[in-house]
Amino acid sequence: MFGDYSLGDLGSIFVMQGFAGLILFSVYVLMALGLAIIFGQMGVINMAHGEFMILGAYVTWMTSNFFQAYLPSLFSGYFFLAMILAFVASGALGMLVEWALIRHLYKRPLDTLLATWGLSLMLQQAYRSVFGAREVGVELPQWMLGSLQVTDSIEVPINGVFVMCLTVLITVAVAYVLYMSRWGRQVRAVVQNRIMAGAVGINTEKVDRYTFGLGCGIAGVAGSAFTMIGSTGPTSGQLYIVDTFLVVVFGGAASLLGTIASAFSISQTQSTLEFFMSGSMAKVLTLLAVVGILMLRPQGLFALKVRK
Amino acid sequence: MINSRFFNRSELMGFIALAAVLFVILPLTLDVFRLNLVAKYLTYAFVALGLVLCWGYGGILSLGQGVFFGLGGYCMAMFLKLEASSVENTKIQSTPGIPDFMDWNQITALPFFWQPFHSLTFTILAIILVPGLFALIIGTAMFKRRVGGTYFAIITQAVAAILTILIVGQQGYTGGINGMTDLRTLKGWDIRPDHAKIILYFVEVVLLFCCIGIAQFIRLTKLGRILVAMREQEDRVRFSGYSVANFKIFAFCMAAVFAAIGGAMFALNVGFMSPSFVGIVPSIEMVIYTAVGGRMSIFGAIWGAILVNFAKTSLSESFPQLWLFGLGALFIAVVLAFPNGLSGLWADYVQPRIDRLFGSRKPKSDWNGNSVADGAPAE
Repeated sequence: MFGDYSLGDLGSIFVMQGFAGLILFSVYVLMALGLAIIFGQMGVINMAHGEFMILGAYVTWMTSNFFQAYLPSLFSGYFFLAMILAFVASGALGMLVEWALIRHLYKRPLDTLLATWGLSLMLQQAYRSVFGAREVGVELPQWMLGSLQVTDSIEVPINGVFVMCLTVLITVAVAYVLYMSRWGRQVRAVVQNRIMAGAVGINTEKVDRYTFGLGCGIAGVAGSAFTMIGSTGPTSGQLYIVDTFLVVVFGGAASLLGTIASAFSISQTQSTLEFFMSGSMAKVLTLLAVVGILMLRPQGLFALKVRK
Repeated sequence: MINSRFFNRSELMGFIALAAVLFVILPLTLDVFRLNLVAKYLTYAFVALGLVLCWGYGGILSLGQGVFFGLGGYCMAMFLKLEASSVENTKIQSTPGIPDFMDWNQITALPFFWQPFHSLTFTILAIILVPGLFALIIGTAMFKRRVGGTYFAIITQAVAAILTILIVGQQGYTGGINGMTDLRTLKGWDIRPDHAKIILYFVEVVLLFCCIGIAQFIRLTKLGRILVAMREQEDRVRFSGYSVANFKIFAFCMAAVFAAIGGAMFALNVGFMSPSFVGIVPSIEMVIYTAVGGRMSIFGAIWGAILVNFAKTSLSESFPQLWLFGLGALFIAVVLAFPNGLSGLWADYVQPRIDRLFGSRKPKSDWNGNSVADGAPAE
């Protein structure tokens, strides 16, 4: 399979394929960050996570339409406002869902899966009723189109670079919030020992609500970023949910670093394999490898060392 | 008390009611088209039955039952497809004697793993053994390492995703997204006309009752008790010297085999098999049937499968917009308000009235004794 290409071509192919993998990696990381907070920290299986992401995507789409119609002069910057709106919308919906649904189910993690699946069906139908069944795509501002010419044979799309920068930024922010801030300490305390955390004066219900909201909000931002590289339909979220869960589980549920490492390895494997075989076989092989490794090492790549 | 060893009184009533509805009332009142729809719903009842053992009793939530349903269905469909693709039937193809979708995908010889499906005996064995062995491998790998609960659910879900992508991707070998269509005869006997549909319906109901018998038998033996004990306090069972992993593997394999039988009956009754019955969405729906009917109740789960599917068909015909809202709300309501599903409601509200109506002297100790032993779902 390598015979037809010169060494230089091959190098460029690997770089560009690797870059395509990096864009996939960014989407995975953004999706998985929210899920890692919700699943890894709170133990809630949120099957509606994809739908929170799609909400962010639709908010972005609406913002872009709004700017196009009323503020065309500011159109080049609409994306930053859209991201904030997406975060707020998904986060608020997440907090509402936590209050109405999730908080009754903390002791029954498997049941959260069923309930949130029901929620995801309702959200999908809601999107279909409101936005229509067809996929929508946002208009990108001029400066995001086109690509950067790195060498003669290597070029990278600008929107991909932007999504990656965004991913890095959000990851750093989440890590800071969780590991440095006072609120992050409270979250981790509640996760480790809910009763003791309550005893020392942490309002555990409030912490739960904001944690869930934060996870969903990040999903919204992920959806916002997602619009830059693909179109959005009512069921787009479902396509990513299993992959994302695998990313989180493979990385080791409670470890942020593990999530990033596993998102990186899964996306790179997949996009590299995609060059040599059909997309579906690449995906099958990648997922099989992940499931196989998980069977040998159920705790994931980076397991938190805890005394049991 | 008749047959007090095998069924207690309320179970006997449930048994008689189900038998009356499936054997007498539905065949007499429904036309063939509707009866065939019921046959389709009942294929899911097999899956739900397996889930009662595996999830309700064993506490193992598998989100990959569609995999086993699909494996069983595809085994059956491969046999039927081969019979439908005889050389006379496929004369117009560039390679006669192979299934049409292979011909469309420029495959010129039957792949090796299709060869044994010329034999009906092999096919029937494969329907039981392929999913059984597959479940054994997954179960051994997972349970021996004490992986359970949510992790197991997610991994089975990933397996469902993998199998769907594989089937859709390998169009030449599996029929791709369209699946295997145009299944015609079983050993020369046409499965498409109305009288064949009726016979197949009765075959399916008899098989379902066999499976109910097996499930009930497992439930009543010591094995069933250990499954319940394991769900409630896994560590204590382990410390008592039982191999928890082996019991879990057994429950998972049984559920897989039941699902596969359902899948095979699906291919026979509905006349095609496609990856849309394998993936994540159908797998979760199968869990939902069980949850709605009652994860602790064999008869409840079967009613759940029939009623949810019936609602799905009739509502999605008349209110396509509302249907998903209704389904979603149903899941949430069942999980939040009625964790024991319909059978829980029945046992709490309807059963006491019936007992009072018939003036039974000791209903409490009777069915309550049973429900105490079964316990509520693990909280």
